[in-house]
Amino acid sequence: MAVRPVGAEIELTLPAATRRRDSLGAALWRFIRKKPLGAAGGLLMAVMLITAVFADVLATHDPIATDAAHTLAAPSGEHWLGSDHLGRDIYSRIVHGARVSLIVGLASTLLGSVLGGIIGLLSGYVGGKTDLVSQRVLDILQGLPLLVLALVMSASLGPSIQNVVIAISIPIIPRAARVIRSSVLTIREMQYIEAAGAVGVSHLRIAFRHILPNTMGPFIVLCTAQLGSAILVEATLSFLGLGVPEPYPSWGRMLSVSAAEYAQKAPHLVLFPGIAISLAVFGSNLLGDALRDTLDPRLRGSS
Amino acid sequence: MKTYIAQRLAIAVLTLFGMSVVIFVLLRLAPGDIVDILFASAGYVNAAEKQAILKDLGMDRPYWAQYVSWITQILTGDLGKSYRYDLPAWQIIKPLVPVTIELALLSLVFAVVLGVPTGVISAVRQDTTLDYVLRVISLSGLSMPSFWLAMVIILGCVTWFGWIPPLTYVSPFENFKLHVIQFVLPALAVGYRSSALIMRITRSSLLEVMREDYIRTAWAKGQNGRVVIWRHALKNAILPVVTVIGIEFAFLIGGLVVTETVFNLPGVARFLVQAILWRDYPVVQNLVMFIAIVVILSNLIVDMLYGVLDPRVRYGS
Repeated sequence: MAVRPVGAEIELTLPAATRRRDSLGAALWRFIRKKPLGAAGGLLMAVMLITAVFADVLATHDPIATDAAHTLAAPSGEHWLGSDHLGRDIYSRIVHGARVSLIVGLASTLLGSVLGGIIGLLSGYVGGKTDLVSQRVLDILQGLPLLVLALVMSASLGPSIQNVVIAISIPIIPRAARVIRSSVLTIREMQYIEAAGAVGVSHLRIAFRHILPNTMGPFIVLCTAQLGSAILVEATLSFLGLGVPEPYPSWGRMLSVSAAEYAQKAPHLVLFPGIAISLAVFGSNLLGDALRDTLDPRLRGSS
Repeated sequence: MKTYIAQRLAIAVLTLFGMSVVIFVLLRLAPGDIVDILFASAGYVNAAEKQAILKDLGMDRPYWAQYVSWITQILTGDLGKSYRYDLPAWQIIKPLVPVTIELALLSLVFAVVLGVPTGVISAVRQDTTLDYVLRVISLSGLSMPSFWLAMVIILGCVTWFGWIPPLTYVSPFENFKLHVIQFVLPALAVGYRSSALIMRITRSSLLEVMREDYIRTAWAKGQNGRVVIWRHALKNAILPVVTVIGIEFAFLIGGLVVTETVFNLPGVARFLVQAILWRDYPVVQNLVMFIAIVVILSNLIVDMLYGVLDPRVRYGS
């Protein structure tokens, strides 16, 4: 009797092309239906991404051009969200601020998660003393409050966008390493890994080709959740004058000393940048929560 | 129990040692040394003067010697000298500590009082409109920068009540009522954020426990619903909550950094920011170490509470 290739039957009854198209649309629809909050978060993130990419088109003014004749203007047709103490247009600064916020947020999240992910992968796969030592070192890094660590780092590195990214990414490393390590520990015990070892696949190849792809679920969840906190830390650092330097418009710095000083005369100086930060972080938190429930039920509930 | 405590203490001491190394290294990552930064604003640098300051700071010695003398200093309770004030750092920090502790404790009280009950309600009414509303409120707490919330609170007071919250520190012995008002607003701003985390953990932990068999048994016995939830379920669901409260207490300090700045409260956290901006490195180094000690201590207390709350932990390790 001829041996039929496994899966041929399925291929016949359910053509791959229609199956994929159906499942993609259906999956998205199911996500929106089952996780309306997550979908709202996704929408907020999409709006932020579009704003960041098309900032030059969307802005009505040059975000760093001062205008001595129109300082502290209230919101109007000319200045949609008013102007600040130097006459700079708040709306245009917020639009361009989205770009700075997103770039710093994404870069530091990716840098921290990738570095942490590699440490977690090696620590979980190699095990033994390597694992023990790296876990204790990560304990130490995680022990310091995130903001204090970022504060000291950015102060000691000096103000520049690159250094802010580094300062924010370091506290993310231990968090990422934890998540990846714990999923590596489960995957490592699976039979197909044992099989790969038995046929002589090298350790490096097992770790990166066979284990790593299976940790992508928790990794994506982690990145989404960390993006919000990275944006928040960037805003806080900039607010304290230790973050993104001039002339880049940053939401956090828009709220710093000058805003507080003129807050009574021009409350829009305080309100709008803060709303922008909150919505961005809110969006990524909502999306992160929903993705966690969908992609990685094991993590559900762990903050 | 004794070996358990001894074990925890040993780990705490080791972690603290590790943290001191991390802090020491981080502060020396700076391009150029502290003296360069001190002189950067002055413009002209006298080479002899620079050498004298380096020697005074002990920075002409190798790193390991600097580290050893720093640790000896801390162990003997000497926190070094502030450059900005030319005073022993401890003299400046000492009056600031009670302010920060008071604010942190008050924020924690708000966080627990707001977080635990809303978490329970949200879990009991899972997937109802009330649950969604509470979750959105708590998630927005996690999304708003606490310094912005603080600014909006001040702005709100001014706009709606025509009343400006006291922005210079009032001692409790001077005017107790004003002192309390002064601390309640920033504590709310910080506590709201922490309450969101506590609420989320309470909710998910309670949901998990409520699926257990013994809870079903309690329902089946016809036990009163309130007793089942508050007495049977919450008792076992509270462990992760206690952990988060312990972690939060340490992380509150992060929130205090900005809130103390916005409300102009003379606490340790605000002073840390000022010391960083002034490049007063000996003070920064010691303050961060001080924060590390607080973090370790609160973790240790949580570990001990574990043993009290869950007898299995004691035998487990």
